[in-house]
Amino acid sequence: MTTEATPLVDYDDAVRRYDPVLGIEVHVELGTASKMFDGAPTEFGAPPNTQTTPVSLGLPGSLPVVNEKAVEWAVLIGLALNCEIAESCRFARKNYFYPDLPKAYQISQYDEPIAHDGWVDVELEDGTTVRVEIERAHMEEDAGKNTHVGGAAGRIHGAEYSLVDYNRAGVPLVEIVTKPITGVGARAPEVARAYVQTLRDMFRALGVSEARMERGNVRADVNVSLRPSPDAPLGTRTETKNVNSFRSVERAVRFEISRQAGVLDSGAAVVQETRHWHEDTGITTPGRVKSDAEDYRYFPEPDLVPIVPDRAWVEGLRASLPEMPAARRRRLQAAWGYSDAEMRDVVNAGALDLVEATVAAGASPAAARKWWMGELARTANEQGASLEELPVTPAQVAELQGLVDAGRLNDKLARQVLAGVLAGEGSPQEVVAARGLEIVSDDGALLAAVDEALAAQPDVVEKIRGGNLGPVGAIIGAVMKATRGQADAARVRELVLERVKG
Amino acid sequence: MGDLTRLSAAALAERLAAGDVSSVEVTRAHLDRIAAVDPAVHAFLHVDAEGALATAADVDARRAAGEDLHPLAGVPIAIKDVVVTRGMPTTAGSRILEGWVPPYDATLVERIRAARLPILGKTNMDEFAMGSSTEHSAFGDTHNPWDLDRIPGGSGGGSAAAVAAYEAPLAIGTDTGGSIRQPAAVTGTVGVKPTYGGVSRYGLIAMASSLDQAGPVSRTVLDAALLHALVGGHDPRDSTSLPDPLPDVVGAARRGATGDLTGVRLGVVRELGGEGYQQGVRRRFEESLEVLQAAGAEVVEVSCPHFEYALAAYYLIMPSEASSNLARFDGMRYGLRVEPADGPVTAERVMAATRGAGFGDEVKRRVILGTYALSAGYYDAYYGSAQKVRTLVQRDFAAAFEQADVLVSPTAPTTAFRLGEKLDDPMAMYLNDVATIPANLAGVPGISVPNGLDEGLPVGFQVLAPAKADDRLYRVAAALEARLEERWGGPLLAQAPELEVTR
Repeated sequence: MTTEATPLVDYDDAVRRYDPVLGIEVHVELGTASKMFDGAPTEFGAPPNTQTTPVSLGLPGSLPVVNEKAVEWAVLIGLALNCEIAESCRFARKNYFYPDLPKAYQISQYDEPIAHDGWVDVELEDGTTVRVEIERAHMEEDAGKNTHVGGAAGRIHGAEYSLVDYNRAGVPLVEIVTKPITGVGARAPEVARAYVQTLRDMFRALGVSEARMERGNVRADVNVSLRPSPDAPLGTRTETKNVNSFRSVERAVRFEISRQAGVLDSGAAVVQETRHWHEDTGITTPGRVKSDAEDYRYFPEPDLVPIVPDRAWVEGLRASLPEMPAARRRRLQAAWGYSDAEMRDVVNAGALDLVEATVAAGASPAAARKWWMGELARTANEQGASLEELPVTPAQVAELQGLVDAGRLNDKLARQVLAGVLAGEGSPQEVVAARGLEIVSDDGALLAAVDEALAAQPDVVEKIRGGNLGPVGAIIGAVMKATRGQADAARVRELVLERVKG
Repeated sequence: MGDLTRLSAAALAERLAAGDVSSVEVTRAHLDRIAAVDPAVHAFLHVDAEGALATAADVDARRAAGEDLHPLAGVPIAIKDVVVTRGMPTTAGSRILEGWVPPYDATLVERIRAARLPILGKTNMDEFAMGSSTEHSAFGDTHNPWDLDRIPGGSGGGSAAAVAAYEAPLAIGTDTGGSIRQPAAVTGTVGVKPTYGGVSRYGLIAMASSLDQAGPVSRTVLDAALLHALVGGHDPRDSTSLPDPLPDVVGAARRGATGDLTGVRLGVVRELGGEGYQQGVRRRFEESLEVLQAAGAEVVEVSCPHFEYALAAYYLIMPSEASSNLARFDGMRYGLRVEPADGPVTAERVMAATRGAGFGDEVKRRVILGTYALSAGYYDAYYGSAQKVRTLVQRDFAAAFEQADVLVSPTAPTTAFRLGEKLDDPMAMYLNDVATIPANLAGVPGISVPNGLDEGLPVGFQVLAPAKADDRLYRVAAALEARLEERWGGPLLAQAPELEVTR
């Protein structure tokens, strides 16, 4: 690992004096049941080299056959990114030697991607929208996975031996490449992060991938360059590979801006290179120089015929596109009357679907938010679980709120009922019945408790008779205590006053 | 029972169906013949006597039980070693795959097994099908049964020699630039390169994916048709496989055998003949034209001006694709693995050492050529230009087929040359395929059928048809075969010298 002597420039200083330009390549693994060119299954986490066939192992004589579902999903992604869908496109071979690449070439798309020239609007935290232009989206196959054993931190350097798992080899990928993202200045790291996040949400909305960053379903390569001013030609870029969390995307861009500013300040030139992101130290380092391996000798894949998407089929897919996450958020926020902050909290907590379902089941938006962001968020937090994992359904939350709205439960009782639901005791109605938690507003039952409380505190009764209503609360408290909180407090108050004055 | 090996596949099929012989008898006769002559011919790299006899016994039992069987059931076959066979070694003639036993069958092998043809073994070939003499095999030369000092053609010299030496009535070959047809021509056998996409490539170890095509090798035109019909037809595992049903090649062969070609227009390709073609080869070709005219065919001359560039274009496209197809032989997963003699043992260095040790010179030559041709900065000039030539060759064919139903030429410019004669002269070796390569570039089908001898060595006659019209090949070739055999008083191979039996 080379040590680079050039000092980093303070970020704020760097973006004051340089204009950063971004380019982002996002790879998404499609969630198809079988591989891109092969019937091998794609189950995650299976024992090594069990999700393979002669085709995904690249055995001599084997041939690829295109997975139609993967093509459909690539077109969906292209459409969601407002791209043109190619009238005809083909696959190409990208040739290079590496142990995780079974055929020693990757089947990809080169000069004829399936989708090109689109855009996507990216919302930043403060509500600003940045439009990111898309250069292309193309289909390709993933490589296998090398594990280096015996070296430091699983790196190849110093390893005793390496293991290769071809389960991932041939899993369908779509690579989405932006045009240069300019004019975002100091917000470049935030834009980069929000862009990747927007794509992640989009993949999930389209149902084409689980899009789990931690599993490597979504991987980003981040290109960064600096120029002295927005009018200057583009500077030399670096490409930081495999940045695999939203936070890392932001940090990697920030680091590269500081680093490149340092290089430029020193009078040196930025080297066009691939760099590695180090999650632990938060820095990038130069990748191996592969000057002789850079020529991939692309040529059209002779084992596959061109793909000619039927126009009616493409239009059918376009018509079937689900609402995109940003549009949905805007629509729901308006319908629910949430503030920006409230909406952001709900989204960040992953509660959007739950709140929506709770409202659909009859709860008011305010009540739905109160439950999911309040009591349930606390419970989830305590249990280290996600909201979705809690054993309560949006319908049950709506039912609970219905009981409150009908005056049959107060807040305290409702929380007890919810605890019962979470404990697996059944629906809110069932918990109410089983635990006997309903508010008591029946005068017969209440009067006995009221009389008992009044008899126990004659001095208080005197005060009230004297016109001092303050101590009424003490009597109510005693009644509530006696009824384990189930008394209808308003009715108790009325009864107390009737008795004292009567 | 020695004469069983002299029978055609069709004749064997008839006898088997009639119950005159058992498949075990037929298979054993061929295994005995292999044992007797293959030490001299060396057509086989691997003989699976046990497996073949087991299939034969199974066929006999099923026949005895009255089961409906494929017409060729029980007729033994040999398979070129570039086709993967489950549980049977497959080397493609290369050290780099020595000892590799594939875990799966090629589609055509599946079909052969489903029809229950006993598989005798795997035949010798130029390494990865690169060559015209089988001298580039890593496992020794195959000898031409007509003259053991001569080459059997290539790359499928093993399949052609096996059939010519009566070691097998049928064989599978593959043809990227002539590797079925040229060996057929120089061994006096019949070989067919079907329309590209007509026979599945799934399980063929690829040399040049856009050119490779498997096909039948046999001693008669009808036998070739029977085998073609068995292995041909759509395969969903090969994206370049044609969806169309196979034309009736067997019917066409039978019809042609009547010797009547009235109304058929034969186009003589001006560019495939004349200079560079051995005089005897030219003479046999002229005589065959007269025979075909006598059969009622009309002969027209056609010109295919871009065929002149076909060889050059082929030697860019083929190595380019081969350089990529052969990249997977890197010592990481199967086959040979060689660690560097000294220095660190890294993946790259193991790959380099393995490929350095495992590939022969001709393979290295083509991998280097192809790597160069595909390199950035050279792609347009080489691969790009070659693809343009390919389009022009296709147009030449289209224009020629406006004037003629089939095109005809000598299959190869010469008869079998001596072993070693051209080994050090790649250009001379490449010129063997000058008449066969255009068909591969255009994807059209071609057949080579024996049409006589020149100084005691067989000469081949090539018929080319439009894509998907493979039936025309069979009709014309069967007519020529019938009329020539009438003239010769039997098959050409009957004139071959008897091989010495070694035991």
